[in-house]
Amino acid sequence: MSRRRYRHSVLANRARLAVVVLLGILAGVLFRAQVLRATDWLLQSERNRLRPLTVPAPRGIIRDRDGRVLADNIPGYSVSIVPDQPDSMFSTLGRLREHLDLPAGRLEALSQQVRAGGPRPLLVTGDAPFDAVAALVERRSGFPRLLIEPRPKRRYPAGQLGAHVIGYVGEINESELGRPEFEDAEPGWIVGRSGVESHYESLLRGTAGTRYVEVDAAGRIVGSFGGVQGVAADPGEDVDLNLDLELMEWIHQVFPEGMNGAVVALDVETGGVLALYSAPAFDPNVFAGVVDAEEWSRLVGNPESPLYHRAVMGTYAPGSPWKLVTAAIALDLGLVTPDEHMPVPCRGAYTYGNRVARCWDSDGHGSLDLPGAIQHSCNVYFYQLGLRIGLTRMLGVGNRMGFGNRCGIDLPQEAGGIFPESLDFWERRFGYRAQEGEVLSLAIGQGPNDQTPLKMAQFLLAIARDGSAPAPTLYREAVPADGWRLEIRPEHLEEIREGMRRVMEPGGTAHLSSLEHFDLLGKTGTVEHGGEGLEHAWFTGIAGPFGGPPEIVIVAMVEFGGSGSGVAAPLVAKAADFYLRGKHDMLRDTIQTLREYLGAGRNTAWADRREAR
Amino acid sequence: MTGTRPAWLRQLPFTATVLVLSLFGVAMIYSAGVLEVPSPAMQGLWLRQAVILAAAIVGLLILSRVPLRWFEWFAMPVYIVGVAVLAVTLVAGTGVGTAEGVNSFLSIAGFRFQPAEAAKVTTALALALLLARREEPPGYLRDLLTPALLVAVPLGLVLLQPDLGTALAFVGMFFAIIYWARTPWPLILFAASPGLGLLLAFSARVWSVYIILLAVALYLYRFRLYLVESVTVILGNVAAGAVAQPLWNSLAQYQRNRLLVFLDPSLDPRNAGWQLIQSKVAVGSGGLVGKGFTAGTQKRLAFLPEQHTDFIFSVIGEELGFVGTSLLLLLFCHLFLRMIRMAETASAPFAGLFIFGIMGVWLTHVFVNVGMTVGVVPITGIPLPFISYGGSFLLMSWTAAAIVVALASEDP
Repeated sequence: MSRRRYRHSVLANRARLAVVVLLGILAGVLFRAQVLRATDWLLQSERNRLRPLTVPAPRGIIRDRDGRVLADNIPGYSVSIVPDQPDSMFSTLGRLREHLDLPAGRLEALSQQVRAGGPRPLLVTGDAPFDAVAALVERRSGFPRLLIEPRPKRRYPAGQLGAHVIGYVGEINESELGRPEFEDAEPGWIVGRSGVESHYESLLRGTAGTRYVEVDAAGRIVGSFGGVQGVAADPGEDVDLNLDLELMEWIHQVFPEGMNGAVVALDVETGGVLALYSAPAFDPNVFAGVVDAEEWSRLVGNPESPLYHRAVMGTYAPGSPWKLVTAAIALDLGLVTPDEHMPVPCRGAYTYGNRVARCWDSDGHGSLDLPGAIQHSCNVYFYQLGLRIGLTRMLGVGNRMGFGNRCGIDLPQEAGGIFPESLDFWERRFGYRAQEGEVLSLAIGQGPNDQTPLKMAQFLLAIARDGSAPAPTLYREAVPADGWRLEIRPEHLEEIREGMRRVMEPGGTAHLSSLEHFDLLGKTGTVEHGGEGLEHAWFTGIAGPFGGPPEIVIVAMVEFGGSGSGVAAPLVAKAADFYLRGKHDMLRDTIQTLREYLGAGRNTAWADRREAR
Repeated sequence: MTGTRPAWLRQLPFTATVLVLSLFGVAMIYSAGVLEVPSPAMQGLWLRQAVILAAAIVGLLILSRVPLRWFEWFAMPVYIVGVAVLAVTLVAGTGVGTAEGVNSFLSIAGFRFQPAEAAKVTTALALALLLARREEPPGYLRDLLTPALLVAVPLGLVLLQPDLGTALAFVGMFFAIIYWARTPWPLILFAASPGLGLLLAFSARVWSVYIILLAVALYLYRFRLYLVESVTVILGNVAAGAVAQPLWNSLAQYQRNRLLVFLDPSLDPRNAGWQLIQSKVAVGSGGLVGKGFTAGTQKRLAFLPEQHTDFIFSVIGEELGFVGTSLLLLLFCHLFLRMIRMAETASAPFAGLFIFGIMGVWLTHVFVNVGMTVGVVPITGIPLPFISYGGSFLLMSWTAAAIVVALASEDP
């Protein structure tokens, strides 16, 4: 018995030692973790429960040349659901329908996102109406996982006027998220979708800030966290444009009601874009929030294509205004002098080989010099001028002037002109070798040659300036793309302008569109397009004060307008008058052209004086 | 029974420690339920635990009055019942909550309980009885054969569930009891050697060295061993080494991951490693005095897995800091030293053996549970005695405590 006792007391002591050692090991490990390395772990636990949320930066403001706002931000609210069980998210979505306008299509898209899951809050709408937000905040307890956050909302005060130029914004999509320029972007971000909004995205976007929220282990946001300072968002840069919103408004007012087309106005001095108008348009404000699929398909499905930016994307046969190009090419090559007459006078047609090419006036124009040929738009003169240039040289200089390319305006979408780059064009496109006679069509703006209104306006810059045509720019601080230059003597350029001036004078096609106070030069065009309906109407104009250098270049193109002189010329004249009166501090008037003076019974002595000239 | 004082009062240092631990457990379960995003499943668990605790206290007051003889009579029958119920559980058992994949629960009349918890107590009783009946301490390996088999049956059934943590408790119990049965330490080592051989089998070179050392040890100890026994030990180790690979392959992926991430938590930072990393972060970020009761951010944000059961210690560590954890360890230390004292002074060998067996179980639980929250031991689903949420575990721990009190208070 005593032996057993003794043995057991030894065993007990050893057991005590074992217990103390084992628990001592644990205590030692705990001491190391909780006392010696506590700060490391504390840091880790802070990181653990904090998640950075991105605070989108307010986009920069877009203004016109006089500081009028074209795009700005107004306070809006986004409504998101913090991820949860799909069932409860569906039920939340269902109950949200009582407060938010959620079309079936949107609801279906959201349901898909719920099923896909993910740790990020589900953005229900990036643009919740204020009263809905107020109602939801009131019913906070009924929507425990609802995240209502202020979110700047894009507004376009100019509405339809800026639709094409300014563009609009939209939620970033999957493919954009993969691109390097959107490296730091997240789903739900608002990015520029078209127009200036898209082209100057990197400028306008700014730098997103960071806000810390507390999350649970499943990554669900449980609240905002004040302990760690976030980084404020850095707003995007403002973008001031060369555009003149008032001019755009005026063009919209005077553009033929119900017709489609485009007007481009450029500042002669800088090549800055004063107006870029395309009809029909759409209201970009509908894109500011979440785009309704129905609204979108209505816009896309509209046969008038309101989304189509005709001024920079629409390519049309240039017609008679192209005769100015032919003249410019011939002068650049030194093949003609302005006072030179072509060997064959116009008798209503010109015979080339076995082909008879007609003039638009079958009575004929007789023998003309260059200004006269421009004034009368005489085909026969330009057939001969074209033949003198020759097909190869015509293509060579035409391409140097960039008629087969884009102008390089600072917009994301611009169509290049269609112009044969070489003789191979005919073989490739039509399957035959080009004959020299092709130049007859090209010389008068027909044939395989389609140009955008913007491209024609850029060409007019060269005529209005010293032969140089800078690339048109929207942003005032834009670095213009490379332009081009014609080598034409100033006095020869003046002769081309003289021809255009005569277009506006008695006997000219656009005399009724001439202006009392400004020197308007122009060239009309009425172009067949091979389709049904009236001809397309062109007018390319240059205007400025009398005796001074030209100040504005305006090109109007009205689809199925019927007549360049009847539809497009008054449009350009009225736009030029409006702009120049504003620029030279003159009172504006709605009675502007000679036709309007006559209609209003006003004194037209100024027009008669020009007749006497 | 002499004197008028009831058994629980005579063993007050023990019973009071058990009660303090249990009340502390209820408080921590309450805290574990305080979450940033309230989870209905976690709400009111502390109340359930408190109700079960009340029942357990009543149970202790009754059971601690039962004379030792009765336990001796019932030891074998309840052992057999315990094993039978374990067998039934394997077939009819269900998983519950966080232990969804483990068939460890049995539902009877709406009550769910874990037969393995009861089996720990019944097996301890049977093993204590078996060894108490010996006149002499086990002198040969074959003397350990029957006790080993007695434990191996319930242990095997628990492993099949599969519940590695509870199986470990049986191992702890076995060695604690044979130790107190005065088995010479070389024999204990030889008995343990196949387990060691299993662990070392990951490397053929290490294992070869180990087998040679084992053979040398057997040779030196040859006078106390039959040749057959030496050969059996070697064969047992060889067999353990041979089955190591197939056994590893037979483990569920989550079990393998638990062992692998123990070596390197970053292997699987989202799942198995996640638990370990989060637990370490919680405990470590508690610092000296903790973040305050119910204020643990890791816990509040539900970063901790199973924070009311197996990882309750992480909550304690995070909220009460080193002061709290070391005090808790001191409490456990006091409990175990008290049990050693009770075993030492117990009049009957059966009493001492049983107390040691239960101490072995609890010590294993505490070491493995606390060890895994700080990354000293691989993660095994094993709760902290008296603290972790779990009705069966609390009830059976108190039953064991009641028997400990009853046996320790038995006069010679």
